[in-house]
Amino acid sequence: MSVLVYVESNGSEIKKSSLDAVSYAAALASKISGNVTALAIGAISKDHLKDLGKYGAQVVLHAETVPESAMAIGTAVVEASKQKSAQFIVLPKSVLVDSLVGKVAVVLNAAVVSGVTELPSFDNGCKVKKAIFTGKASVQVELQSAVKIITLAKNAFPATENTGEASVENFSVSLSNLDNKITSLSKEKASGDLLLTEAPLVVSGGRGFKGPENWGVLLDLAKTIGAATGCSKPVSDMDWRPHHEHVGQTGVKVAPNLYIAVGISGAIQHLAGVNSSKCIVVINKDPEAPFFKAADYGIVGDLFEVLPKLTEAAKQLK
Amino acid sequence: MKILVCITHVPDTTSKISFKDNNTSFDSAGVQYIIGPYDEYALSRAVELKEQHGGSVTVLHVGTAEAEPTIRKALAIGADDAIRVNAVASDAFFVAKQIASVAQKNGYDLILMGRESIDFNGGMVHGMVAELLQMPCITPIMKLDIEGTTAKMSKEIEGGKEYVSCDLPFVAGCQEPIAEWKIPNMRGIMSARTKPLEVIEPSAVESTLVYTTYTLPPPKGACKMIDAANAGELWQLLRNEAKVI
Repeated sequence: MSVLVYVESNGSEIKKSSLDAVSYAAALASKISGNVTALAIGAISKDHLKDLGKYGAQVVLHAETVPESAMAIGTAVVEASKQKSAQFIVLPKSVLVDSLVGKVAVVLNAAVVSGVTELPSFDNGCKVKKAIFTGKASVQVELQSAVKIITLAKNAFPATENTGEASVENFSVSLSNLDNKITSLSKEKASGDLLLTEAPLVVSGGRGFKGPENWGVLLDLAKTIGAATGCSKPVSDMDWRPHHEHVGQTGVKVAPNLYIAVGISGAIQHLAGVNSSKCIVVINKDPEAPFFKAADYGIVGDLFEVLPKLTEAAKQLK
Repeated sequence: MKILVCITHVPDTTSKISFKDNNTSFDSAGVQYIIGPYDEYALSRAVELKEQHGGSVTVLHVGTAEAEPTIRKALAIGADDAIRVNAVASDAFFVAKQIASVAQKNGYDLILMGRESIDFNGGMVHGMVAELLQMPCITPIMKLDIEGTTAKMSKEIEGGKEYVSCDLPFVAGCQEPIAEWKIPNMRGIMSARTKPLEVIEPSAVESTLVYTTYTLPPPKGACKMIDAANAGELWQLLRNEAKVI
């Protein structure tokens, strides 16, 4: 039995969600007495690749020259899966994986379940649990195909680090014409900032800030505790903050350990983007704000007074 | 330019979710249904592109007759005609196969849909359709302009966006702010009643996924309130009680 796991890099480092996926693949492999092969793409150092052994990969296929496009990576996943006769393919859920998983499933004639939150159970068929209705419920799904594909929900299966070293093999892929039809013109990336979907701590602001010029108190807090920053839909609609910070039903969905919502009333569409968070803190001057009903901890007060206090206290903590 | 827009028929985002028959199926009693919000962005942009470049917009839905009011709303927003594949949308691959078979028969320059449905949140149908039709797949796109036979787009990447171009035809998953939702006017609503809505039977697909049991998350405990004057206490609670920092 063989499990293939695709790992995404952040330029040079392996993303946290991908380390989670390798640990998940290893736990899955131990259930079926199998082995784990990781597929890594792009310029990643040999040391980082060997280190995937600490998370349970025995072999790493390194496709250094495959371009960072979903179509090409999809082909690489298909080829790697064929070479290793993989029965399971584990992918960390991301916008990139969303655009390649359909292709991989069709080519390999594989059943696919996206946003899986637990290891499969094998009593009476292979069944996995996935979140549905944007986190408002979940469903158990049975995969009946020979090759099975799982995309792992963010922050659902924290990586465990042990000792070990993976052996690294160079892997080359011949791309088809179809893989080269999309031309990348340019990229805009928020440089230096923590990636919102990967961050264990997130601080988000809403209309309560009254204007983009008041974001300093939130940024101070986020910087002090090492959190990524998000915002509500009205805030990104009014261009107070960039669109990629919009957390919610039609924006980014986050699942951090700690989500701090400041000056956000808690519309159901916003909650849909955060309800997989492990712990939610709500700060709002309106004690009737619906967000308090979904929160674990709440502070009723003026955010311009509360946030500096929290930042000061967080500095003392260190 | 012929544009195909695939739409889902899903519970309104404010719906209370519950299940019936011993948690084996969704309880639709009292639930208001809408066009999938992402699909509606795709539809709105398709209608704008038709206004700019001419051509036609066809909406496609895979589902039962219950979805016809949702399909009529899509026609009221500005689609020219509609096709309903008369079947229960059992899983992503089933739906993708139906879309691909309609597209193969009719031929479209552009196939748009939402980045994911808001019921099963799969986000896989566009990729499957593209592979079945041997077309490129681009998702999630936030801007789409057509010049001649080439499209220029911006798409979300983690922590930012990427500008890409691609020759028609291709398949794309859409999200805001690709277009503003359009509120149908009276003329649109009246004309939607008489626009063609073709009902066709599904092509056979062997399914390898079985949805077994649905569950709701455990009820949330009460929110613990902290006095604003002692806001700093929060960190102790998060460290020692919630153990998340």
